[in-house]
Amino acid sequence: MSDAIVVKHLSRRFGPFVAVDDVSFSVRTGEIFGFLGSNGAGKSTTIRMLSGLLRPSSGTAIVGGIDVSADPEGVKQRIGYMSQRFSLYELLTVDQNIRFFGGVYGLSPSRLEARRDFVIEMAGLRGREDALARDLAGGWRQRLALGCAILHEPAILFLDEPTGGVDPLSRRRFWRLIDTLAASGVTILVTTHYLDEAERCHRVTLIHAGRLAAIGTTSEVKQVFAGRPIVEVRTARATDAMRALDAMPDIEKTSLFGTAVHAVLRNSQLTQAVLGERLRAAGIPVDSIEPVAPSLEDVFLDVVEHAEAARTAS
Amino acid sequence: MTKALAVYRKELRQISRDRRTLLILVFVPAFFLLLYGYALNFDIRHVRLAVEDRDGSPESRSVVSAFINSGYFDLAGAVYAPKEAERLLDLNDARAVLVIPEGFGRDIRTGQVVPVQVIISGDNANTATTVLGYAGSILRTASAQLAPGGAERVPPLAVEPRIWYNPELRSTLFLVPGLIAYIAMITAVASTALSIVREKEVGTMEQIRMAPIDTFSFIVGKTIPYFIISLASSALIIGASMLLFGLPMRGNWGGLFVAMSLFLVGALATGLLISTVADSQQLAFQLALLISFLPTIMLSGFIFPIGSMPAALQVVTYLVPARYFLVALRGIVLKGTALAHLLPQLAALTVYAAAMLGLASVRLARQRG
Repeated sequence: MSDAIVVKHLSRRFGPFVAVDDVSFSVRTGEIFGFLGSNGAGKSTTIRMLSGLLRPSSGTAIVGGIDVSADPEGVKQRIGYMSQRFSLYELLTVDQNIRFFGGVYGLSPSRLEARRDFVIEMAGLRGREDALARDLAGGWRQRLALGCAILHEPAILFLDEPTGGVDPLSRRRFWRLIDTLAASGVTILVTTHYLDEAERCHRVTLIHAGRLAAIGTTSEVKQVFAGRPIVEVRTARATDAMRALDAMPDIEKTSLFGTAVHAVLRNSQLTQAVLGERLRAAGIPVDSIEPVAPSLEDVFLDVVEHAEAARTAS
Repeated sequence: MTKALAVYRKELRQISRDRRTLLILVFVPAFFLLLYGYALNFDIRHVRLAVEDRDGSPESRSVVSAFINSGYFDLAGAVYAPKEAERLLDLNDARAVLVIPEGFGRDIRTGQVVPVQVIISGDNANTATTVLGYAGSILRTASAQLAPGGAERVPPLAVEPRIWYNPELRSTLFLVPGLIAYIAMITAVASTALSIVREKEVGTMEQIRMAPIDTFSFIVGKTIPYFIISLASSALIIGASMLLFGLPMRGNWGGLFVAMSLFLVGALATGLLISTVADSQQLAFQLALLISFLPTIMLSGFIFPIGSMPAALQVVTYLVPARYFLVALRGIVLKGTALAHLLPQLAALTVYAAAMLGLASVRLARQRG
């Protein structure tokens, strides 16, 4: 299948500040593509450019076959957008919200009826059509906002941190809807800083300080830890253990994960037994040392650290 | 057009469910009208007058009663020494003192010219000027009656003033049209500006920007509901002004509708423009205050005559739409001026509305990407 989104050397400057810096990537049709990064990393700016809301300073973005710089309004017809704020009209009912967005997207009356039914069904809002949007609980509001964003059956859907402030059950239900949409051929670009959600994306990219720091499937991006095993040390004296581990030349770095310590080893030859001996010799009681698979959080922190180090070096 | 209709319907539904906004749009104007209508009054009555009658003759008493019977003066008391009069003025127990000299009656009868003194407290210059006018006119009448030969004697030149359009010179009739303009301005500017800025705050504005809706449909759908509401609210305050303050309607209702509509479109467009600049309701309100409410009060001729402003300020008044609207409104309502004679004002209002709409659309379109 062809690519739904093709971005080449996209940049956006606000005065001297470079919000997005020479970003290139492409998203396949029907793919769930995760956009990860801390606040202010450039996620929202990128989405705003891709949706025709913000003109790129340089570079090109082709969304649904349309160049966003050339025809921003044409792009808007092909995309759906849902933001973290689930922007609904609080004082309108579920039904009135749907009708309003249907009208704004220029749906014909008969199509609007059909789509309205579909959205009500999808969001599980049957019987609550006349409830005011402000009276809905978070999960329902979220699904209604999603429904309003896909009323016009867009081929591409942008979700900007779509699950903020929603309970875990609703989040899971929401992701199931996303999976269904993707399976039906909708391309989905989702920004998030919930790293467990990123695991549900087909591919992710990490953006830091306006630049793409990594891109690939979640297991691909985890390859940054190839040859650098991570072990989890459980001990009653985590801080002392971190200090002792940091002093060892074959330990790259340590970090605290809950009550345990994660240590990145510089080579895979170093065994857990040797590590345990060294810690006990330093007078630190060790409950267990286990190898762990790198989580996306590990990857994220690692990538950010490397990017920062590269920036300060240059 | 269906997109504009969708925005229009949504806006109406939202307003009808938002009790607070509706209340503000309908009742605050009426409240303002009552408040300002009764408080803003330049007519001066019941001026407390102290009388120092050193003569006590029938003639001097007739002068005193001429003052009291005029309705403009209330007797604050009789005094018998200049010191006492001074004390009453100092304490503000009297605003004016009438001093009639000894021998007043005798001198009148012998046909001499007799001075009568009126002391007026000048702490409020406006009031003092008006009181001086009243006193002068009462004394002129009294003097004509008291002169030997009385009223039969024909003076060489007699002024017979007649005041047109407002024979009683009630300042209310002059002020109420200004009030109508001011209230209509507030309602129209604030309602549009705040409604859009609120959408920005909640985030729905971004959702709309992401949708393929053109600026024109958005503006049309967004302003028509507020146009209807401000028109209704204007009709309400005009009606109330007629009932409560005796505002006449000497002109043509159609003409009034045209002038009012042009003025309101300009005001709504101003609100629209403000909403493209401000990102919070607070800022929007302050901007509205600065660029529309204050000029409407200060620079429109509502209260302060434009002719007596410094030249630089007079130039600024050309940018204030209420300036033109007030001429049209006062003309239609008080004088029955035909619309054909108000074309310059209507043209100015049209230019203002078009300029504001143009500016607002350009800014809105640019913000959409």
